Amino acid sequence: MAFYMIGERINGMFKDIGEAVAKFDPKPIQDWAIKQTQAGAAYLDVNVGPTATDRVKSMRWMVEVIQEVCDTPIALDSTNYDAIEAGLEICKKPALINSCPCERPKIERVFPMAKKYGAKIVALTMDKTGIPKSADMRVAFAMELLAAADEFGLSPDDLFIDPLILPCNVAQDHAPEVLEAMRQIKGLSDPPPHLTLGLSNVSQGTPHRPLINRTYCVMAMTVGLDSAIMDVSDDDLVDAIATADMLLNNAIYCDSYAKVFRQR
Amino acid sequence: MPVEILKEKYTGKVQEVVLGATKEEGGTRAYTVKLGGSSTLPFLQFEGEIPNRPVIAYEMWDIKPDWPACFEEVYGDVWNDPVAWAKKIEELGADVIYLKLKGADPELDNSKTPDECAKVVKAILENTGAPLMVEGPGNPDKDNDVLQAVGEAAAGENIALGVAEKDNYRSIAAACMMGKHCIVGRSPVDINVLKQLNIMLTEMGISPEKIINDPLTGGLGYGIEYSYSVMERARWGALIGDKMMAFPVVCLAGPEAWRAKEAYAPVEDAGPGWGEQKPRGIMWEAMTAAALLQAGGDLILMRHPEAAKLVKKHIEGLMVSNAY
Repeated sequence: MAFYMIGERINGMFKDIGEAVAKFDPKPIQDWAIKQTQAGAAYLDVNVGPTATDRVKSMRWMVEVIQEVCDTPIALDSTNYDAIEAGLEICKKPALINSCPCERPKIERVFPMAKKYGAKIVALTMDKTGIPKSADMRVAFAMELLAAADEFGLSPDDLFIDPLILPCNVAQDHAPEVLEAMRQIKGLSDPPPHLTLGLSNVSQGTPHRPLINRTYCVMAMTVGLDSAIMDVSDDDLVDAIATADMLLNNAIYCDSYAKVFRQR
Repeated sequence: MPVEILKEKYTGKVQEVVLGATKEEGGTRAYTVKLGGSSTLPFLQFEGEIPNRPVIAYEMWDIKPDWPACFEEVYGDVWNDPVAWAKKIEELGADVIYLKLKGADPELDNSKTPDECAKVVKAILENTGAPLMVEGPGNPDKDNDVLQAVGEAAAGENIALGVAEKDNYRSIAAACMMGKHCIVGRSPVDINVLKQLNIMLTEMGISPEKIINDPLTGGLGYGIEYSYSVMERARWGALIGDKMMAFPVVCLAGPEAWRAKEAYAPVEDAGPGWGEQKPRGIMWEAMTAAALLQAGGDLILMRHPEAAKLVKKHIEGLMVSNAY
């Protein structure tokens, strides 16, 4: 059972990437693609950012320039499903669609598209009323998403269910609810769905980001987290994940286990 | 409502390794053998592919061995002549010839030099067609010198050189890379060290299709259950995608089985009901091999030809597909 690190860095929200997207300058995007691949990313998240004028065109261009320098699978990150489909059309490796909430019209758009292109889906335990607070509601959304996967011919492990963590300085009480939700979601199906988190969210706005990120990540791994959208260039975080993965008996120990963990 | 039969789905498989090189491939072997390649647990053909049957290697030494008396009738006429011995085991049906260069052991009188060892290997290659594996005498420094000479003498034949261990692997690995041979990496029933060794070999530049692992199996009654657990865990690792645990496995069934008193003790020293030594020893070796096959052995080293024949028949039965 591998841990899938999804590199968060190719996102137009970051200044260097935002500028690169605006100017169609491939260099910063390709640099981060290589850097994150070397750090062990299983997927590269690709988000055109808020300033792109033509999101379909920008997404396609970003996927193209990334595939010029590496063959790491891509997580197409957008709320614009036309942009995601444009990316799916040219992805050489099976992609990850990031993301789909538990809303019927969006499920009907995204799930058949995943089936058609052999992609997997980051499925969010929320609907248009927002992120639930309790573990129970998160689990209920996960069940609906799993039922939808079955309906559209997808396997449960085609889903990366994201139970949505919020910043600890804003909504501290969500952190244990998310852990409990993950524990339960892992038992909903066989094979179980993957579980992922937008990990950096948990520390948003605090001065202790790396420490909070890696602590929460390890806590979540003990209840089934097997993926995270994260800063893969944070060596301490990756070391902590590699160590937790080994201690959970998912990988056979060897002296250079942390180095091997990064090799794909 | 249709019933869906649940089967394990694996993401990885055992690395396939080719031993030997034919004329077209730059060597002189009559054929090559493929080791590994499985994408399922041993003989569970209903959950994956087993493209290559387990291979049987016959053991021989470059000098007369200190084996029990029952081997005299089988090999007594050839064991003073390595070439004659190699030809004999080829006739007896060996897939692979496994040569242990015990004669180079520095603790023996008239210990063979690396050049003498290389000549033996060269002569065997000139007179046989089966792929060859060569093991050094078991002294780290001497192993390095001997295997380097052997590797040069056999360049292009794609033989296997062994054994590389965690504290002594660099020069053997270099010899393998120079002569384009396979390498046998061994760790004493320690899966963590074995994985680390594989990583170090790979980092030195040995390509994955040239690595064979020897987890150092115990004989029946002498720790075989530990070997079984280690091999099972390694195979499981391979099947879930751990490439550094995915190398084909050689099992020393013959040498280990014949270390057991149950195998070698003559009838006057035997326990009650043990029976005659020869059939007992043969069965002990065959049963050891059978267990190691179930644990995931890809190449089984056998010593007694009668035991080897039993195991070959057993493998044929196991390779009848149970896929559904």
